[in-house]
Amino acid sequence: MSNLKFSATHEWVDGSGKVGVTDFAAHEMGDIVFVELPNVGDKITAGKPFANIESVKAVSEVFSPVSGKVIAVNDALSDAPELINQDAFSAYLVEVEITAYEDGLMDKAAYDELKH
Amino acid sequence: MKQTVLYDRLNGLGGKFVEFGGYLMPVQFSGGILQEHRAVRSGVGIFDVSHMGEFLLEGERAEKEVNRLFTNDFSEMPDGKVRYALMCNDAGGVIDDLLVYKVNAQKYYIVVNASNIDKDRDWILSHLAYGSVFSDLSEKVSMIAVQGPCAESLTGELFPVLPKGFYTFIFSEFQGKKIVISRTGYTGEDGFEIYSENDLIVPIFDEILKRSESYGVSLCGLGARDTLRLESAMPLYGHEMNETTLATELGLDAYIKKHKSEFIGKTALLEKKPRYRRVGIKLIDKGIAREHSAVFSGETVIGEITSGTMSPTLGIAIAMARIEKSAATDELTVDVRGKRLRVEVTAMPFYKRVKRG
Repeated sequence: MSNLKFSATHEWVDGSGKVGVTDFAAHEMGDIVFVELPNVGDKITAGKPFANIESVKAVSEVFSPVSGKVIAVNDALSDAPELINQDAFSAYLVEVEITAYEDGLMDKAAYDELKH
Repeated sequence: MKQTVLYDRLNGLGGKFVEFGGYLMPVQFSGGILQEHRAVRSGVGIFDVSHMGEFLLEGERAEKEVNRLFTNDFSEMPDGKVRYALMCNDAGGVIDDLLVYKVNAQKYYIVVNASNIDKDRDWILSHLAYGSVFSDLSEKVSMIAVQGPCAESLTGELFPVLPKGFYTFIFSEFQGKKIVISRTGYTGEDGFEIYSENDLIVPIFDEILKRSESYGVSLCGLGARDTLRLESAMPLYGHEMNETTLATELGLDAYIKKHKSEFIGKTALLEKKPRYRRVGIKLIDKGIAREHSAVFSGETVIGEITSGTMSPTLGIAIAMARIEKSAATDELTVDVRGKRLRVEVTAMPFYKRVKRG
């Protein structure tokens, strides 16, 4: 997890371009029951919403910490969206060919500080 | 913001609180809504529902009054029964939906939605005939609901005598003080609702919780209350209905006795043709249709979703919708964030408990 970068809106991106939401976000949303992902080939933009996560109670937009082209989506989430609740840092949403990062991304220490 | 007397207990037990009907209420506990929901379907769940409003209506004319104020018929009702009803305005719109508890023909308890307590009290007071006595007990009375297939065993540990029939109630005692126990609930399961004066609800709650460990119990919040009532297709005031909803558009005609003598809203309900109806919706495509999503028949908007969720029991997305009565329903879609998801009309309730014994 050392190469993860975090956004203030509780998303993470790793060194290979995988993007997900943090365990803090997953916990706040509660039981996740549906994930709406972009298509492979879609362009996504740093700081803009690119996916929706539905918990039992409500829908939440997910903001992208990076700009670039979606080169893969995590199909496992289609049948098992609860994987995000179980392990938010392995249940990535999409993999991105990154062209730019959102300003102000944090390392783990800085993000942990923000949560408190 | 008001708190119920159980606030400190529930906060200490991991409740996550939100504002609801003027009260700070737990939306869920640490196990999450799905776990709470399943506990009620397979074991037992405990809810603080002290935010609900309780009124007392007394007097020689009390039976006439409830018959005039509410849509159901209370004239042949046995003492000790509970009946669901609507309270309408003169235009036939719904002011609230509520439960009427008959102690006897001169004494009725009325249980109303938390968010409507003030408005209901004002309405009833301004429409009450001379000689009837009305009291608002909401600030003095607290309530917990014990719901699920194990509710009878668990509640029976504290109270050896319980109301036998569904929608009946009895007076009981705890620590020498009078309480009310009804066999009612908002989950689609067997269960009980226990009413007591405020201070007494804390030891009742503690005692139930203490004895509950062997029953697969969960504390439950408003989140599970919503998914449970939705699976059972029970309407929720402010979602399925409000003051502009004609009472006859809700599929609740069994609780609207249009043949009985005068009641408020009767003239309008006899004259006005319902334009909408309440239907159950099942999603065919993946996704969840939530409140206010537009419902289309072909390319025409015919109504909107009034409540929607993922059904924890069925594993599919379900919803209730208010749609035009005359609209064709063979090719329905729902707009979810600009995408059209295919849906179909389905029978309500979505979930029905298996009765034992």
